[in-house]
Amino acid sequence: MKDIAIILFASAGFDKAAQGLTGAARRLADQAGAKLRAIVVGAAETVAAEVARIADTVVVADQPEVADYQPELCLNALTQICREIFPAAVLLSNDTYSQEIAPRLAHRLAGSAVGDGIEIRMQGDAVRVVRQVYGGKAQAVLEMKRSPAVVWLRARAFQPAPARAAAGEITRAALDLKPDPRTRIVERKREETGEARLEDARVIVAGGRGVGSREAFAAELQPFAEILGAQMAASRAACDAGWAPATWQVGQTGKKVAPDLYVAIGISGASQHMAGISEAKNVAAINTDAEAPIFKHCRFGIVGDYRKILPLVRQKLAAVAK
Amino acid sequence: MNILVCLKQILDPEVPARDFHIDPAQREAERGAANLVTNIFCENALETALQFRERSGNARITALSYGPATAEETLRKALAMKADGAALVVNDGNPNPHPLTVARVLAAAILQLGQFDLIMLGREAGDWGAGQTGALLAEELGVPCVAFADSIESAGDKLRIRRQTEWGWEIVEAQMPVVVTITNDEHNVPRIPKVRDVMMSYRQPLTKWNVSELGVNAGDAYYEVTELFIPQKETRCEFAAGDTEEERAGAFAKRLAELTSAL
Repeated sequence: MKDIAIILFASAGFDKAAQGLTGAARRLADQAGAKLRAIVVGAAETVAAEVARIADTVVVADQPEVADYQPELCLNALTQICREIFPAAVLLSNDTYSQEIAPRLAHRLAGSAVGDGIEIRMQGDAVRVVRQVYGGKAQAVLEMKRSPAVVWLRARAFQPAPARAAAGEITRAALDLKPDPRTRIVERKREETGEARLEDARVIVAGGRGVGSREAFAAELQPFAEILGAQMAASRAACDAGWAPATWQVGQTGKKVAPDLYVAIGISGASQHMAGISEAKNVAAINTDAEAPIFKHCRFGIVGDYRKILPLVRQKLAAVAK
Repeated sequence: MNILVCLKQILDPEVPARDFHIDPAQREAERGAANLVTNIFCENALETALQFRERSGNARITALSYGPATAEETLRKALAMKADGAALVVNDGNPNPHPLTVARVLAAAILQLGQFDLIMLGREAGDWGAGQTGALLAEELGVPCVAFADSIESAGDKLRIRRQTEWGWEIVEAQMPVVVTITNDEHNVPRIPKVRDVMMSYRQPLTKWNVSELGVNAGDAYYEVTELFIPQKETRCEFAAGDTEEERAGAFAKRLAELTSAL
């Protein structure tokens, strides 16, 4: 069996996504009786060391041309590395950079790409991937018909793998990179949320159309989120209305999150929104409409006006905290 | 400057789950009573192109679609939104071609249509949502690709492209030609065409080809849908109980506290 490769961008660190990706790939490699070969793009020894505890080999591409992600140069570098490794499958996370280059990498390797996988397994020699389609209303199983299978996964939703007894060998990639002036990232801006990424949050408080105003997000939802130690999110309706920043948007057209607890306030639960939280372990909701679809996805819920309920809930939670 | 915007017509994604049915044997969604609409990210792409033309003044926008004969509606709407021209490649074969086939067909149509400096697509479609067509098209054409953009400005002989990342945003400077995939943002909400422009759009010329006329090698395997199903959700909601709102809020708070302290 040919090897399984994973691609990690060091700039994100060995975060929940990197751990989930490595875990998914380790299990796939074990199932196939193959080696797991990690490719780390960028300079971060800690990421290489962390992934070496799980992978059989680690190759690091930390040359100045690729240390800061540039699409054309990184794609070129990854194509060269993958041609050396000649893997059966290349797995990536579902971050911006991975999604941007995965189909192109597949094309250059004469393989097949598929994205947003929620399950991956071997079927004989073929890679099969399960993914949501039609905004989460249906799921499809896709069998990859060319090799390598280049697959980006909803990595945070996968379990990490335990460290192995012997760490994998770490080497530096030999690359032949020519400058490519056609595209260049000239500015990078981090929105200062003061928090970790929404995708990595363990508890999320999200507001929707029913919240009613920007002021209510700040005055009602924010203090509630603080008590729970939660990060804030919003539905597309609330973002489109300007009540919440676009970076908070969760759903088919926003972020895909995988928290342990997701509290939906004034969110009806249309399938476009649910497509973003299908990996949440527990969903709770506050909604005035007992028939709202959101309750079909909830572990527990309460029917009523959040403006009355939230202050009471906050009081009770504060009392419990004491 | 020549801009091409690729648009896909899809089953209306707003169809509620209870009205959504699939044909498991064909591994396709059933049309049912649902409308056909232009994929939202494709409309975001067209809107971004229109705004670019309004600022720069000298751009020509061509709309291109590959789909069933009904996709003409998507192109008529693009013309009503004030695209300068439109072309349709009629798909009379597999109704759900994989993204490599789509990219090859679009590349072949682009060769027929002429030279383009900027090629824009939606980042993914609201039906199968593969999110690959833009990237594969860039490879078929041998040009760079920038994904998840929400606005594009002219900067001398280059473009300044703002794109979203999970952390915030980035500015990419790109030479032309370039393929750019577009995501949604508060600034590129698609405009509603005027009734008069909708009527006028039906009088405008629209180029049509069949796939066979373009001589595309679309037969390669890429991936195959082996199964399509509607997942059964078993979650049963436990509603907070109590005679008063305060009691119910208390019960709800208790469950929240139990769960968060267990995390």
